[in-house]
Amino acid sequence: MSVTVFNWAVALPEIVLAVSGIIILVAGVLCKKGEGFFLAAILSLAAFVLCGFLVVLAPSGAGYAATFVNDGFARFMKELILAGGFVAVALSVSYRTPERQSLPFETPVLMLFSTLGAMLMASSANLMTLFVGLELSSLSIYILCAVERDNVLSSEAGMKYFILGSLASGLLLYGISLVYGYAGTMEYGGLVEAVRASGLPPMGLVVGIVFVVVGLCFKLSAVPFHMWTPDVYQGAPTPVTAYMAGAPKFAAFALFLRVMAGPFGSVAPRWQILIEAVSVLSMVYGAFAAIPQTNIKRLMAYSSIGHMGYAMMGLAAASTAGTQATLIYLAAYFVMNAGVFAGITAMRRNGREVNSIADLAGLGRTDPGMALALAIFMFSMVGAPPLAGFFGKFMVFAAAWQSGLYALVSIGALSSIVGAYYYLRVVKVMYFDAPAPTLDRPAPSLLFVSGGMGVATVVFAIVLGPLMSVAHQAALALAG
Amino acid sequence: MNPAIASVGLGPYLFVSAALLVLGVFGIFLNRKNIIVLLMSMELILLSANLNLVAFSSAHGDLSGQVMVLFVLTIAAAEAAIGLAIVTVYFRNRGSIQVEDVTMMKG
Repeated sequence: MSVTVFNWAVALPEIVLAVSGIIILVAGVLCKKGEGFFLAAILSLAAFVLCGFLVVLAPSGAGYAATFVNDGFARFMKELILAGGFVAVALSVSYRTPERQSLPFETPVLMLFSTLGAMLMASSANLMTLFVGLELSSLSIYILCAVERDNVLSSEAGMKYFILGSLASGLLLYGISLVYGYAGTMEYGGLVEAVRASGLPPMGLVVGIVFVVVGLCFKLSAVPFHMWTPDVYQGAPTPVTAYMAGAPKFAAFALFLRVMAGPFGSVAPRWQILIEAVSVLSMVYGAFAAIPQTNIKRLMAYSSIGHMGYAMMGLAAASTAGTQATLIYLAAYFVMNAGVFAGITAMRRNGREVNSIADLAGLGRTDPGMALALAIFMFSMVGAPPLAGFFGKFMVFAAAWQSGLYALVSIGALSSIVGAYYYLRVVKVMYFDAPAPTLDRPAPSLLFVSGGMGVATVVFAIVLGPLMSVAHQAALALAG
Repeated sequence: MNPAIASVGLGPYLFVSAALLVLGVFGIFLNRKNIIVLLMSMELILLSANLNLVAFSSAHGDLSGQVMVLFVLTIAAAEAAIGLAIVTVYFRNRGSIQVEDVTMMKG
């Protein structure tokens, strides 16, 4: 990998996405005021689909002076990230503010740029690429949170996420500077050798790794760096919340797996305990803190904290099987989570958004289709077979068990039993409580997303075989 | 090693940058007044990392640290712009940018 090797084609999907983002932005500006949203959203959806094909077609290998790498793992993650972006833009199409207006046309464009940053993170082969990708993704999300300009909750969510997010980015950057200083390079390839050669890693390097882990845990909203999650999820416009619960989490996991399994893989016993602790705390906190919630967006925030804990079990296993399990878990999490958010976006009464769990009362009688879809997603989140969530949980538990993390598996099983309470409470409210006033008919795009994700959750078992072999290839590509 | 670094050693640089980091982090957690001060604290944190990167880059005789600093400066500028924009939007809605007022949502 000499410095002169440019090999631009490895980043073809990113280049196309960046150029189409700029074109869509120009198109939106040229449209009449307030009419650009639909055009921008449709063009963004088309760009996501196009890039989905390009990701498969782009050649493997390293490029850009070995700062960028495209391999099976990057492909798997990019497809997930693009799917997350696609669903969020599709949900934003039917979203209306309290003044019955659509969001500004910048929303899909910002989601597109944030997705671009997330894809860059998944392909990073250098701490520089990691940081720039992470910031492109985060800066777009700061704006997205505050995009509903007349809504005080939205701007407060943007403010909170901005302050805590930039603190986390700053700590991550400080960690990168220490890693660079004590290892002498920013390339993952060079870091692998530097860490392996040092035997007992120097103190500065260990501190640097801890800072990097803290920064990434924040982006994942893993306990103890979760404090922003409920407020930001509640305050941000629902499609933005749906976006935040998807693509950026997959990207942060891509980074985690890439950095931890690659450069710091040889010192796994030293960071494993850290990941285990974060995983246990996230699972337990996510399960217990969700119980008293009455707002469904806050409930989903705690649910996502818990799910990140389960997905981290695969990382804590520090094995190929663990990586594979995490990938499967993320795929399962994506389908059920996107479905739930389609349901939440559909919760409107007389054109105004309602977010309380009590507003779902009697949905089983007033809108049986949506109630069935939500019930499927909730059972899947619990981990009931044969739905998607069951296979995700089963795989991470199995991988952690194989690596001898018995305590972790037991705590995970217990906390998923506690978690079952609040998921099933939503089902109980929908089917057994006295009906609340009827909700509005969901928009077609929401029916499309929730129906599609519902089918995907149910037939996950059928596609599990091929998915597992792809995830296995991805995990092998990561291990080298 | 660069002569400028060699004459004083790497230690003082690391010490100053660690001090800046601590100042920045405490500025965020102990500040109970104004959100603008938070933005200043964030800049301190980013600059402390920059100082580290430049010092290490010079000590290793490797340019990638300085390239990284250029990226970080650009990102810091974008971040400050976005931060101020969000503060402006927030002030329009709420009429205040006191830290203790950012509590519409609790949990």
